[in-house]
Parts: sequence; C-alpha cells; structure tokens
Amino acid sequence: MSIIENHQTDGTPFSDNAKLRARDVQVFYGEKQAIYDVSLDIGANEVIALIGPSGCGKSTFLRCLNRMNDTIDICNIQGEILLDGENIYDPKVDVVPLRARVGMVFQKPNPFPKSIYDNIAYGPRIHGLASSRVDLDEIVEKSLQRAGLWNEVKDRLHSPGTGLSGGQQQRLCIARTIAVDPEVILMDEPCSALDPIATAKIEELIDELRENYTIAIVTHSMQQAARVSQRTAYFHMGQLIEVNPTDQVFTTPQHSLTEAYITGRFG
Amino acid sequence: MTNLTHSSLTTREKVEKSMTRRRAAETRFRVYGVASVLFGLLCLVVLFGDILSKGTSAFRQTVIEQRILIDADYLGINAASSDEEIRFANFEGLVKRHLKTTLHPQGRKQRRALYGLVSAGASWQIQNAVLADRSLLGQQVDFTLIADDAVDQWYKHDRPKGYDGHFSAAELEWMNAWVDSGVMYTRFNKLFFTNGDSREPELAGIRGAITGTFLTLMVTFLLSFPIGVAAAIYLEEFAPRNRFTELVEININNLAAVPSITFGLLGLAIFINMFGVARSTPLVGGLVLTLMTLPTIIISGRAAIKAVPPSIREAAYGLGASKMQVVFHHVLPLALPGMLTGAIIGMAQALGETAPLLMIGMIAFVVDVPGFVDDPSTVLPVQIFLWSDSPERAFTERTSGAIMVLLGFLIIMNTAAVWLRRRLERRW
Repeated sequence: MSIIENHQTDGTPFSDNAKLRARDVQVFYGEKQAIYDVSLDIGANEVIALIGPSGCGKSTFLRCLNRMNDTIDICNIQGEILLDGENIYDPKVDVVPLRARVGMVFQKPNPFPKSIYDNIAYGPRIHGLASSRVDLDEIVEKSLQRAGLWNEVKDRLHSPGTGLSGGQQQRLCIARTIAVDPEVILMDEPCSALDPIATAKIEELIDELRENYTIAIVTHSMQQAARVSQRTAYFHMGQLIEVNPTDQVFTTPQHSLTEAYITGRFG
Repeated sequence: MTNLTHSSLTTREKVEKSMTRRRAAETRFRVYGVASVLFGLLCLVVLFGDILSKGTSAFRQTVIEQRILIDADYLGINAASSDEEIRFANFEGLVKRHLKTTLHPQGRKQRRALYGLVSAGASWQIQNAVLADRSLLGQQVDFTLIADDAVDQWYKHDRPKGYDGHFSAAELEWMNAWVDSGVMYTRFNKLFFTNGDSREPELAGIRGAITGTFLTLMVTFLLSFPIGVAAAIYLEEFAPRNRFTELVEININNLAAVPSITFGLLGLAIFINMFGVARSTPLVGGLVLTLMTLPTIIISGRAAIKAVPPSIREAAYGLGASKMQVVFHHVLPLALPGMLTGAIIGMAQALGETAPLLMIGMIAFVVDVPGFVDDPSTVLPVQIFLWSDSPERAFTERTSGAIMVLLGFLIIMNTAAVWLRRRLERRW
C-alpha cells in the first residue's frame, strides 16, 4: 500500500481549546519520510488515543510533541507544533523546559537505578522546583498519590526503584513525570509490557489524571483506546487518516482504511 | 505409533547415521579443549614451580647468635656521646675483635676468612642498637648477626647435600661448630622487605623498589584516570561525528598496540630533555606510564559508556534534563564501575612494565627508599632485571623472591578487578 495523494484527514482533527496544535508536520529519517503532512489538535484535558498498524508513525509523531526526536541525529522535522500558541520548533525555544511541560512515559518502564524517592525527586531537583527538603517530600508524596502508588511504597521510599514489579515501576515512571508538574503527558504504549491487572490499574489512573493533565496515548490495543480516550486518531503509513470521537471511530468509522484496521483485516 | 510413510523412515535413519559422526566430532572437540586447558595448566605449574623452588629460600635468612661485649673504651664513646660520635665509632673493629677472641684464627689468611663469615651489616646492627639504647654500652648483649651471603647459601643449599663449596677446612670447622651448638640457623628474612637495594646480597631488599613502584603507580593513576575518563566521555557523548573524530579514535586504538619502549623514548625526549623533569623519579616514570595506560582506559571507558542502556538516557531526557545532566547524573555513575575495572587492569599492566622505565633512567642503582615523587627511585620489575644480572648466587634466589612478590601483586590486582566487576554488575 502506498500513501494516499492529497489526503485530507477525515473527521475532526481540530478542536477549539487546543493545548497542542500540529500543522503540516513532516518527519524524515535521513532520506526516508515517516510522517506525511499531519495536522492535529490535542484539546486541553482530553485523552486522545493514537492508533494504527505497526510502523505507521504514531510513536514518531508522539515523540515530535516533546522534541524527543532531537536525540536522534538523522531525524528531520518540518512543520509547526504549537504549545499554547508557541512553536516548539522555533530555534529560540529551549528544549529543556519544554520537556518539563510536556512529559513522557515510555513503553518499557525505565526507573533510574536509584531509590524510589530519588527517582521522583530527580526532576524537581534539576528544575529547581523545591526550595527545601520539606517541599521535596511534599512533591514526592503528591506525585506518588496521584499515580496511585503512595500506599504501596510509603514505607520503603528509600528502597531501589528497580525492585518494584513491572506495573509498579510504570506507575513510578508516571509519578516521576508528574513530579515536574507538566501540562501534557505523552504515553508511548505504556501498558504493552504489563500484565492485564497492572494494565487495568494504569488505565484507571489515566482516567484520573485527565482532570489535571492533557494526555496523548499511543496504543496497539484498540480495546484500550476505546476504554480510556475521548478522541481517537488513526494513522496509516505516516498519514493521519481519520480523527473522531472514540465511540464513533469504533462503531461507525468514516474512512475505509480505519474500518479495515478496527475490524482486524490488517494489524 | 502412527503409520509412518516410507520416506520419513529413511529420514530418521539418515539422522541416526549422522549422529555417530556428529557425536564423534563433539567428543573430539571436547577432548581438544580439555587437552589445551591441561597443557596450559601444566605450563603454569612448571613456571610457578620453577619460580617457587628458586624463590622461597629468599624469604629465609641465615643468622648467627653471638653474645658481644660492647666495649665502650674500645669504641671511644660513652653514654653522653652524640649520635654523630656513635656513628663514627669502630663497630666493625668490635665485631672482628669479638670473633678473633672467641675463635682464635691462625694467621692473617684465616683471620680474614673468619671475618668474612659475618655480614658487613653486622656492625650496623650493633651500631643501631647502641643508638637506640645507650645503656647497652659496657654490657654483654645478645645479637642475632646476619651471616655473609656465601655462608647463607652454603647453609641453605650446600650443607643439606653434604657439599662443602669453596670454603677452607678451618671455615667449615667454625661454621659446623656454630650449627651444631645451635647459634646458626635460618629465620624469616625481614630485611628483604625492610631494606633497599644493596651490593651485599644478604642486606639487599625490595623496599625501595616497592615504594618506587607504589609512588609511580600513584602518579600514573592520578593522571591517567581523570584524563582517560574525561576523554572517553567526550569522545562518546559530545564529540561530533566527523573525519577528525574518526582520526582521533583510530589513533587511540593504535596507541594501545604500540610497543611500550617507544613511550620510554618519548619520555626521554620530551619530559627529560625538553621539560627538564628529573630522571629516574616516580614523577617522570608516572608520566611515561600514563601515556601508556591512557589508551587502555579510554577504550574500556568508552565500552562502559556504550553499555549504559539508552532507556535510562531517554528517561532523563524526557524529564527535561540537559545533556550535561544526563551524562554526569546518569551515564557516568553507571559507567564508572566498568571504567574502574579497566583502570585496575591498566594499572596491573603498568605495574609490570620495565622497558619504558629503563629508558628514562630507572636502571640506576638506587639504595635509598624514595620519600616522594621527585626522589630518585627504581621499580620492582627493574629491580628484578638488575638483580638477575648480578653474579652472586644469593641474588638468584632474591630475583625469584622478588618475582614472587611482583606476581603476588599482579594476582591481587587482577582478582580485585574481577571481584569489583562482579560486585558492581547490574541487572537492568
């Protein structure tokens, strides 16, 4: 299958109170183009799911939103991504505070090989968010509570973060991301390495987090997208095919490719 | 069993047939492996056996117990004398007079032979005792005098075989009398570890060499570790990927294979001639060895940095850490154990280096134990080299003894490196 010429995204890619606006984003890995002309709005305090078959570019697009693709030398991005109206790819923008505003949770839990406390405290420390030990303790406790991990680890804050179970580690990573007080949380298949029960806990968590943060989640599981998100964006071979409210995408999709994907004709 | 068709039965037979050949090949391979290991072990046993057989006797020293009257009048000193006066007193004459009066040699030749049975260091033993305690003046004091190296070798190696060596009848009579009356025996050779080098084998020790080695290695470590680690971090994390960086990489890899004597020539030409650093000091030795160890530390440092999983970096970047923060807060602490292991191995290599240090002058005969990095000194491998050249029989066993000490240090350092690596290994 090749890309569709002059494709206009079906549905409602744009919204009124958008936190993040992507306009005509193209991403190249060296000579090879991975993302073609993607324009998408992510609304404030909404959960948007990015779905699509393997290699369709959803993770690549997600990583553009906090400029994580900068760490890859051959990656080249064109277009605009506006966070609260400011283009994050403007040469004047410093990527360090940007990543404090737009946090990321990765596919495989990656806690630092430090204590649970130090894992959470690292972000606030480097950004100067806490002026005293008491402040830091407060931030750590609040983050762990918001991530639903406080009760399980409050007695062992100084034990190593790597000693927790997979699901707990992922919640630790979420708490770590929350500790720097971001506005947007990007999640790149956060549950794919976890068992169903841990997954359920995290999905519950995402729903609670929606109150305070804007969340974009890449997922391979359509059921998960259906459970946690309000809007869903379907990517296919680097193009954004359709964006619609979640229940519409999964019951009456507009585009034939979307329908083919959700009915399992290709993965 | 299901009904097999004709063709699959043949396949089974084919596989069975090939099994004989394959099992034979596996057995052969295992036999070769075991044979090689055994051969290696055999060589190791022969090597160590040879060194141990020659060297263990170096740790025992023959002594002669004598009760000597410290005649203050003869020496011309008293309890109030200054240290200088005591040092100038004729303790040598005192020892000779004691021997003459107790054993009655006949004629000048016999007298000289008798005096030669006791080490020249005996007079210093008495002198040091008096310096420490002046109340010994005028007393009969028991001393354990060190025997001359010829006597030492005769007692340790010749006498057990019933061989008389080059001694005259009179000498043998005296020596056997000492042995039989129990005043001549061997004890642990403390002087080997407390004395510096000496022309007299019975007084020669490795303390100067060990101190020199320690100071040299300290200079080497203090210079090469920080520079090596910084270079590894720069090359791995910050350097742009261009032709110039590639050139630097190639050169570092090549330097690791350069013969070490070249570094000695470099040290001679640049450090000693151009910069005027004093020759034969741990400072210049350390500088030369730093140049030699740097490639090893840089290469192992880079490998340690590469081994840090990218997920940790991503997590740190994702939180908004700057590049410096990612490198120094996360990558470096995780890479440090590997770097340290590489450094210890580099140090163990430097410990055994002789050729470059010969070029910068450490071949000199240095008696004094060096105090600090700018005192002339020698190192253990060079000491071994110098002793192996000496004609006296006693130096043969001391050479092997020093080799044992050197091997001991190497084994300890390499074991420490392995233990450290095991202990700090992490499971991601």
